[in-house]
Amino acid sequence: MANPLRREVVRLYKNLLYLGREYPQGSTYFRERLKASFMKNKDVTDPEKIKKLVAKGDFVIKELEAMYYLRKYRTLKKRYYDPEK
Amino acid sequence: MQIYKSGVVTDGVKHSMNPFCEIAVEEAVKLKEKKLIKEVVAVSCGPQQAQETIRTALAMGADRGIHVEVTGKDYEHLGPLQVSKIFAALAKKEEAQLVILGKQAIDDDCNQTGQMTAALLDWPQGTFASEVTLEGDKIKVVREIDGGLETIKINTPAVVTADLRLNTPRYATLPNIMKAKKKKIANMKPADLGVDVAPRLEVLKVEEPPQREAGVKVETVEDLVARLKDTGRI
Repeated sequence: MANPLRREVVRLYKNLLYLGREYPQGSTYFRERLKASFMKNKDVTDPEKIKKLVAKGDFVIKELEAMYYLRKYRTLKKRYYDPEK
Repeated sequence: MQIYKSGVVTDGVKHSMNPFCEIAVEEAVKLKEKKLIKEVVAVSCGPQQAQETIRTALAMGADRGIHVEVTGKDYEHLGPLQVSKIFAALAKKEEAQLVILGKQAIDDDCNQTGQMTAALLDWPQGTFASEVTLEGDKIKVVREIDGGLETIKINTPAVVTADLRLNTPRYATLPNIMKAKKKKIANMKPADLGVDVAPRLEVLKVEEPPQREAGVKVETVEDLVARLKDTGRI
């Protein structure tokens, strides 16, 4: 793999791994799937394809951040703001 | 969760920043990004683990941290009164113009620290803020109150407490945490600020709420009346 892209991919993997600690179904579950999905693409050499996959990974990061925020928001809303029915 | 007679056991439980305080930190960082304030200082009172919370604040964009070390028995009895004394002393020492914190902590649900801090400093307060706008040397605060929204304008320096809808806190991602390692966290004890953290309250007991009993369904109105008579309700 081209050198700067390798750094991007490793950076992406580390960031996703860090985010996966809070995954609702467990960090081990997340880590297994993360590794599997990275391994599935390990033979990709075309830099354009790699950039696309990294962009997809960045998108997943944003999705996870949004999910964590919504989960926290909804818990707080339910606990403090929704009147008991 | 384990509940003992005098409190909830917290050893080995993972702690994180109070969600309302996350919102407060986010608001402070946003104000700095808009270049409306110069510096964001994150403060936490507690044992060693409090430093991790400060690091999260630094990762979100605070410039430096202050860890006021309170451990052991002192920490068990640390409440809003003691914390607000510490905050008031720090605000004076650091010559802060704005103290912003979460409206309440989700472990004790006191909702007192912000208000007490403002009272000790004799500063105006904008509590339950869902919108904060700096207008010159005044602050416009939209507050979430029972009847709806109230808009007030207060002088600076002031205390603001953050409510749920003030903003969407950013996630402290790994690269930001790494960058934040360079930022400084100062260490001090309450005594250094001239604050006495002796407790004023004694916890008598802590219990779980009573189990909710299952409801009973009845077929007819006659049944219902009979049941109510049986249980002595009518």
